[in-house]
Amino acid sequence: MTLIPEFQAHRVFVEPWTTELGSHGLMALVTFLVGATCGLIGNFLILRRMALVGDAISHSVLPGIALAFLITGSRGIGAMVLGAMVAAWLTHGLIELISRHSRLKQDAAIGIAFSTLFAIGVVLIAVFADKVDLDQDCVLNGELPMIPLEPPVRLGGWVLGPPPLLRLVGVLVVSLVLLVTFYKELLITSFDPGLAACLGIRVGAIHHGLMLWLAMVVVASFEAVGAILVIALLILPGATASLLTDRMVPRLAWTTVHAALSAISGMHLSVALDCSPAGATVVAGAGWFCVVWLFSPTEGLIPRAWCLRRGSVDSRLRSPELRQHNESP
Amino acid sequence: MSLETGNPANVPPLEIHDLTVAYRNKPVLWGIDLVAPAGKLIGIVGPNGAGKSTLIKACMGLLPCSSGWVTAFGRPVTQSLKRVGYVPQRESVDWDFPVSVMDVVLMGRYGRIGLFKRPSPEDRRIARDCLEQVQMLPFAERQISNLSGGQQQRVFLARALAQESDLYFMDEPFTGVDAATESAIIALLQGLRSRGKTILVVHHDLPTARTYFDWLLLLNMRVVAFGPTEEVFTPDLLQKTYGGRLTILSEVAEAVRGQGTLT
Repeated sequence: MTLIPEFQAHRVFVEPWTTELGSHGLMALVTFLVGATCGLIGNFLILRRMALVGDAISHSVLPGIALAFLITGSRGIGAMVLGAMVAAWLTHGLIELISRHSRLKQDAAIGIAFSTLFAIGVVLIAVFADKVDLDQDCVLNGELPMIPLEPPVRLGGWVLGPPPLLRLVGVLVVSLVLLVTFYKELLITSFDPGLAACLGIRVGAIHHGLMLWLAMVVVASFEAVGAILVIALLILPGATASLLTDRMVPRLAWTTVHAALSAISGMHLSVALDCSPAGATVVAGAGWFCVVWLFSPTEGLIPRAWCLRRGSVDSRLRSPELRQHNESP
Repeated sequence: MSLETGNPANVPPLEIHDLTVAYRNKPVLWGIDLVAPAGKLIGIVGPNGAGKSTLIKACMGLLPCSSGWVTAFGRPVTQSLKRVGYVPQRESVDWDFPVSVMDVVLMGRYGRIGLFKRPSPEDRRIARDCLEQVQMLPFAERQISNLSGGQQQRVFLARALAQESDLYFMDEPFTGVDAATESAIIALLQGLRSRGKTILVVHHDLPTARTYFDWLLLLNMRVVAFGPTEEVFTPDLLQKTYGGRLTILSEVAEAVRGQGTLT
């Protein structure tokens, strides 16, 4: 048995788009939806230097689900989502509480809050192992290959797709609506919260709303890619886009492009290596990040090194207005 | 003009009563009492740690006050935000943020645009007009990190102009800017004052404070003095404000000597 399966071009590149479209293609669609939804909100997390809050909230999903199961005794999606949302909200509250009412800075508060809640989840599942019929692996790593096997939802004569896919489409649509509706408020509270407060914009409400939105996105995503990989998809698309453009709207567009490229190349990678599609998608996404980091025309390491070697100054210093400004007394 | 709309002759643009602000139970400002006159350019000076920035943040409601109250045009500041403009310190924001100069100036309009709406052509016209006033219109579509310190300060000032307020708080607008920007800013502030606006400016440099401002607030945790510059800019009061710090004292001596008549 070989460690890496033999490379078969037809199986890797053609079949996912033809005979395997219903399974591999569907999984790629799911990872794209997760990447795009997470990436959109992730941009604001990056701009607010809150990338790790996403990590914290994704981990606190575990105790939330365990508690919801213990209380309601059902494994229905409603109870799970509610439990996870409450836990996410608690994490966020705990982080605020610790960082506001102690000397500790936010990063330390995040470290305390999410590891504590995560540990509570582990303990709960271990203690009530006989009562809690929960697959810990599923929460942590997702069950992407199971999604194509779920019976699809039918509406009239139409086959709409498996329920997790529809949920993700719903969350993406809700995210887009929120983004368009509150774009102005999200932008100003991220850039200059002091001014926003002075203009009468409720900075606190926007912040809490963003956290609730994040909780919803994370909960909808974890069954596809798991609680651990959600953080990668929250940050990677936005981080990659930030190296390609310095404007917000193109940045959101590049985020979506990155999500799509990661999903497709991740699909091919997972077929080639016969590995977890969620993991492969994140690896592919990180690969695209590295490519952009090296080669981005404006921010890339290589184009910048090339400019320096040619002895030319930063392009922005060569623009006529700035040169004029620098030369003025 | 009726009293309801805020007659500037009767209702002071800013009134602070017994304001005390504390960080971790350590008071930073003690019993501040003052009534600012309308249509004046007011400098806030004092040594480092005197609470200058704290004072304007507390006035804007950005910091919790341990006691006292602040009103703008006779109403609590939170209820008259549309008439109050704010220019934070330049370092307080991330200049790598993915927005253009125009986007930043438009943010000054957000308080008037309201929820669920986008900036109208009228808002854009006003923003362009404000950029023109600070001579930054050619940079409107530039991303903000590609600007010099002086240009960034001008953008902040244009954003404050776009707020179309009657009372302005500015936190060290002259820090780290070139001489050309400094004189452009002071000309602009004088223009605002001549249109009846009241402007409070946190300022670091004593010698220029005397020439720039109509009124001065000498602050060191408490109000040492508040009044017209010619009455307040005296060696005694400045010494009381800055304490026995030698370098500052020689600076004061020089500034006062330059003034001549008051020594």
